[in-house]
Amino acid sequence: MSAETVLSIKGISKSFGGLKALSDVSFDIAQGDVFGIIGPNGSGKTTLINCITGFIKPASGHVFFKGKEITAWQPHKIAHVGIARTFQIMRPYYSLPAYKNLIIPLWSPRARKTGGWRGGGKHGDRDTVAVDILEEIGFERDSRVPYKLASALPTGYLKRLELARCMALRPEIIFCDEVFSGLSMSEIAGMLPLIEKMKMEGITLIMVEHRLRELFRVANRVMALNFGEKLVEGEPSFVIENKLVKEAYLGSEGI
Amino acid sequence: MDKNMMRKERIDRGLKVRTEGIYAISSYREILYLLGPRLLLIVGIIALPFVLELAPYWKRVVNIMCVYALLALSFDFLANYVGLVCLGGAFFTGVGGYLSAIFNVHLGLPIYLSIPLATVSGAALCTVLLLPCLPLRGVYFAIITLMYPLLLTRVIEALDILGGTNGITGLDSFPNAYIEQYAIIIMMLVFLFGMRRFVNQDIGLVLRGVKDNDQSVRASGINVTHMKLLAVFVAAFIGCFSGAYVAHLYMWAGLSLFALDFSIIPIASVVIGGGGTLVGALIGSFILVPLSEILRAFGSFRIVIYCAVLTGFIVFKSEGIMIYLQRKYHQFERWVKV
Repeated sequence: MSAETVLSIKGISKSFGGLKALSDVSFDIAQGDVFGIIGPNGSGKTTLINCITGFIKPASGHVFFKGKEITAWQPHKIAHVGIARTFQIMRPYYSLPAYKNLIIPLWSPRARKTGGWRGGGKHGDRDTVAVDILEEIGFERDSRVPYKLASALPTGYLKRLELARCMALRPEIIFCDEVFSGLSMSEIAGMLPLIEKMKMEGITLIMVEHRLRELFRVANRVMALNFGEKLVEGEPSFVIENKLVKEAYLGSEGI
Repeated sequence: MDKNMMRKERIDRGLKVRTEGIYAISSYREILYLLGPRLLLIVGIIALPFVLELAPYWKRVVNIMCVYALLALSFDFLANYVGLVCLGGAFFTGVGGYLSAIFNVHLGLPIYLSIPLATVSGAALCTVLLLPCLPLRGVYFAIITLMYPLLLTRVIEALDILGGTNGITGLDSFPNAYIEQYAIIIMMLVFLFGMRRFVNQDIGLVLRGVKDNDQSVRASGINVTHMKLLAVFVAAFIGCFSGAYVAHLYMWAGLSLFALDFSIIPIASVVIGGGGTLVGALIGSFILVPLSEILRAFGSFRIVIYCAVLTGFIVFKSEGIMIYLQRKYHQFERWVKV
């Protein structure tokens, strides 16, 4: 990897009571990577994201963003430096219309400072910017969808809304926590170009996924977790052929 | 047709849909549709003192009614727009009232300075005192805020400061009855329409986001504690103004400013009026406060009737009057086949 390392995780451990959710997980992510994290249910994928983005404090270990330690920072500070995340269980603002959901990230200090979005600066019209972002992410501008209450939207749109909320921050890294889960094949087919587009815009993506086929189409590096331990890391084709990974997914006796 | 095979369908009136955009100014009918309810409220309240000219006692009731309306407004904002259920209305009135008394009696400031100063400094003081409780949510925050007025009451009693149980007497009264009356009426309308605007601004949307989903707000790079601080300041601002006004109205700041009434009646008003509408808070207190006055004739039986009326509202119109009225105004209903 010639590209510069943006995110470096060193020896993260976390246990909930007697359960060891993560033990000594370390990896590096380079600028522009699409980094997949796979593993069976309960292997600690979401906990890992929570530890990195500050929603859970790791028991030990360090997180470095561009050489600066951000371990156990408050989540809003971590988002402020440019690390956005989606939630596995979508967390939209149900009482607001879809486009008003984006006003909140657009109002954040990061979005106001960096500006970037057309007219989204200090005096810009955030409503316009919000509809622009939604259009990019796949809400038809001329339909009524962007103006519907978030509580009236189907899962596919809510997943897109989660991504839109991240995009509004103009982040450098996005953690996608199972954006493909719960979607139909055609909805996933609609999401993949969005991921490709983010990749082309130079955003580093870290994707936790169960849908391996779709993940391997976009990811250039993959890490497998099982019982909170890192099994293997490398090229997708290398990881999927790994014996430990097969055992983790299929059970050890069957092979 | 069998009633079981039918269901009720609600549809927005065409008029309502037309008045949502720029077409609202297309004809007098549309303009009237929008302005009508607002004008009814504004003109009604401003005219109320003239209507009650022959009943001076009821003019005093209007003042108290407006005070409770402001407290209810503050509760509605915090509970339904920010998600902080604050049972400490009495805390705000007490702090505002006592500060106003200190400014007016001890520092000798005139009334037109003491009320604004008490409002601003009281709001700041309340916010600082509530700061440690802001990470709490739901019922925990509610209980803590309920304790604050009780705590301050005991502190004043035990240390015998600020006049102890006698309170601070000799506050300036308002120059005349009209100023006294219209000061609170105008401020109530200003706060009402100000808040309605505020909650739909971008910053207000962020506050509503905190209620919906504070984790998501944090993931968007916004410090939730700062937003809650701001919300508490706004609510305390309204509450402290009411307190300062009451202190000057009675020319006395005493422990009764921390009375539980100031916490509970606003909540009941919001429940009756319809939570989350802001106007509902006003309507609720316009019903409850006069009702409580009328029932004085019944002596100790009063509280029974009062509770029965409250229960009736909650059981039969739990959505709140304002939400019911809004629905009837904006939509029509019809039976359709399932």
